[in-house]
Amino acid sequence: MSWILVNPILIPLVTAVLAYLFRTSPAGRWISVAGTVVLLFASLIMMGEVLEHGVIAGQMSNWQAPFGITLVADYLGGVMVVITAITAMATVIYTLAEIPERLERLGFHALLQVLVAAVCGAFLTGDLFNLYVWFEVMLISSFGLLVLGGSKEQLDGGIKYVTLNLVSTIMFLSGIGLLYGITGTLNMADLHLAVREVENTGLLTTIAVMFMVAFGVKAALFPLFFWLPASYHTPPVAVSAIFAGLLTKVGVYALIRSFTLIFDQDVAFTHTILLWLAVATMVTGVLGAAAMNDFRRILSFHIISQIGYMVLGLALFTPLGLVGAVFYLVHHIIVKANLFFVAGVAKRIGGSTDLSRLGGLYAHAPVLAFLFLIPAFSLAGFPPLSGFWAKYVVVKAALDLEMWFVAGVSLAVGLLTIYSMTKIWGAAFWPKHPDGIKPRLGDLPAGERVALMAPIVGLAVLTCIIGLFPEPFVHFAETSAEQLLDPTAYVTTVLGVQP
Amino acid sequence: MELLLALTIGVLMASSVYLMLDRNVIRFLFGLILLSNAANLVIFLSGRLTAGAPPLIDEGAYAPTGVVANALPQALVLTAIVIGFGLLAFTLALVYRTYRSLGTVNSDEMRVAEPVSAPKTTPHPDPAAAPGTPPASDPTLDKTDATTTPTGGEARA
Amino acid sequence: MQSLILTTATRLLVALLLVFSIYALLRGHNLPGGGFIGGLIGATGFILYVIATSVSDARSALRADPANIAMLGVGIAAFSGIMGAFAGDAFLTGQWLFLFAAEGEKGLPLSSVLVFDVGVYLAVFGGILTLVFAMEEEI
Repeated sequence: MSWILVNPILIPLVTAVLAYLFRTSPAGRWISVAGTVVLLFASLIMMGEVLEHGVIAGQMSNWQAPFGITLVADYLGGVMVVITAITAMATVIYTLAEIPERLERLGFHALLQVLVAAVCGAFLTGDLFNLYVWFEVMLISSFGLLVLGGSKEQLDGGIKYVTLNLVSTIMFLSGIGLLYGITGTLNMADLHLAVREVENTGLLTTIAVMFMVAFGVKAALFPLFFWLPASYHTPPVAVSAIFAGLLTKVGVYALIRSFTLIFDQDVAFTHTILLWLAVATMVTGVLGAAAMNDFRRILSFHIISQIGYMVLGLALFTPLGLVGAVFYLVHHIIVKANLFFVAGVAKRIGGSTDLSRLGGLYAHAPVLAFLFLIPAFSLAGFPPLSGFWAKYVVVKAALDLEMWFVAGVSLAVGLLTIYSMTKIWGAAFWPKHPDGIKPRLGDLPAGERVALMAPIVGLAVLTCIIGLFPEPFVHFAETSAEQLLDPTAYVTTVLGVQP
Repeated sequence: MELLLALTIGVLMASSVYLMLDRNVIRFLFGLILLSNAANLVIFLSGRLTAGAPPLIDEGAYAPTGVVANALPQALVLTAIVIGFGLLAFTLALVYRTYRSLGTVNSDEMRVAEPVSAPKTTPHPDPAAAPGTPPASDPTLDKTDATTTPTGGEARA
Repeated sequence: MQSLILTTATRLLVALLLVFSIYALLRGHNLPGGGFIGGLIGATGFILYVIATSVSDARSALRADPANIAMLGVGIAAFSGIMGAFAGDAFLTGQWLFLFAAEGEKGLPLSSVLVFDVGVYLAVFGGILTLVFAMEEEI
């Protein structure tokens, strides 16, 4: 059992080593592609086991929990790994046409694979300190990817990204220290039991807020998001896409995991804070996007606004709310990565990501225009695309609790999302190009065209499938929400049967 | 002893917050270093201070004998120190590189990625053109950036 | 920096530090020491060499790119974890081989733990040197 769980971490790590040693030859990038394909298969095998058993856990080096290193996959963790593998594969294929050899020689693919390994590790670990370690590995590889190449924009964005994220990890570390001090364990399943015996509940709530701040920075929650719009538009598009798809979601995942498994003692206090943070996040994100005038910067602000929906689902803390959070998480990774890919192609054939210097994409690249509309409408929540169901479930959960204001805000934010999408459409796709360029997909070399378009088409198809046949996915999300709200299976699988 | 360590943590945290409020990125970085040390001390202290022997198991024995120190927080602190060391070294290199490239360590002046406003007519003063700045080594010439810089474009248009 | 005393002393010290780093690596098996501290001591040797001569001299003395050494170290550490698979154990489980073992005598114990430590040694050694070389070349 433990090997099935280790594979999604080990495969990208080994791929990283090989890709780095072969970085000066074309073999490096093909190793990277092959690694992600193998990773996808490994994650699907793992997912199969999860579907069969509910929760699977493995102890590294045979040290029993709570003493050893525990890896555990439940429905949520499993699906996140699968979606990570899909995003990683799409990104690596995209990089074939986008990343210049200069960056490959600096070890681009190795950094990317280490990032994927760390993200998978964060989704699979059953131990808070290991989560911290994976966060750090994720950070250092993402720093590298962010500033690789060293243009002025990248360095400028990199400084803000690095400094603010470092504050967050240190906050996380202090929280871990204090939590260990009052419970004596860091295994998450064991913590679930241990926090129930803690007498000093006030201190526990304080620690919960520390974790909220730490994960809030990672997830780009309302007052803590400033690093994201400062940096996400600066690196190469493929890097933007995988960051947009995965990194903030690790923060959201950590929030969901810790605030269902560990900090579920003082829900009235902690989850109310989360609720209002989520509302503020939605509003500021979408307003920030409305003020922007650059393809990628608009999309960056939309990440923030969408994070609000996921955290809202968690903050409602009802089964339906968590179903919405999980569904939203999965849907958003696919859609957001895809929109960044489209932005990259627009930049490639149109010459810029600045909306005032783009145009004519609808007239000359109608296929791209169509492929933009699918994720854009899905993001805004049009039926029958995946975003509709995600938004519907979250809003329904809010209405069930008679939170009219919250539901109203989330619907209004959806409308404003459409406004930003029409802004992109109205500037980049509809009018003539200001410089008279005719941005045609056909002008790209055939190999690059395939590498650029294949991930976009694949992810768009995935969005449509989730949108048209939501039944199994919603059912899946329901089961994972049940597991989150009642972690008995999680705890017993990790610790063995409790007396 | 606990009180002394707790006070030390408090002083470290306070000074780090003071340093991090500065616009100078170098001072911010020093604040981060203090903060990460404070976090390490928090872990160390939360493992409780015991005057015990190193937790080494004698040959043939199954468990250590006598009063031994709690090894887990020490392992955690060691890991955290190592990771923090790597990250801070990287950050220092990044700050230096940024200084070389942008010619400033003042975070208020770092507006290349996010231009203050984008007036379409007036050219935005390039921060890198500040006096006494060595020319940026080789900024943006990758395949994708050959046509235009991603966002500086709107400011320089 | 050009200093006759330093350059002369460095020749001796570098060799001494490298040998001592291997000693610390192997000692870590049963006593304080190990791959991490060994790697740091080994890196110190080359950092001293950089101070006494120059980065390019140190690079040619090292022969291999330090970043490659670091990645190789990560690979070796990962491989030591995979060794558990051959015995049907979980990831990272220690595998032991007792050479020349006899009755009441353990012989020479070799283990995947040592392989892991060697990986850590190389990763730390290469990682530190990559960073130091890069910083030294920038400044």
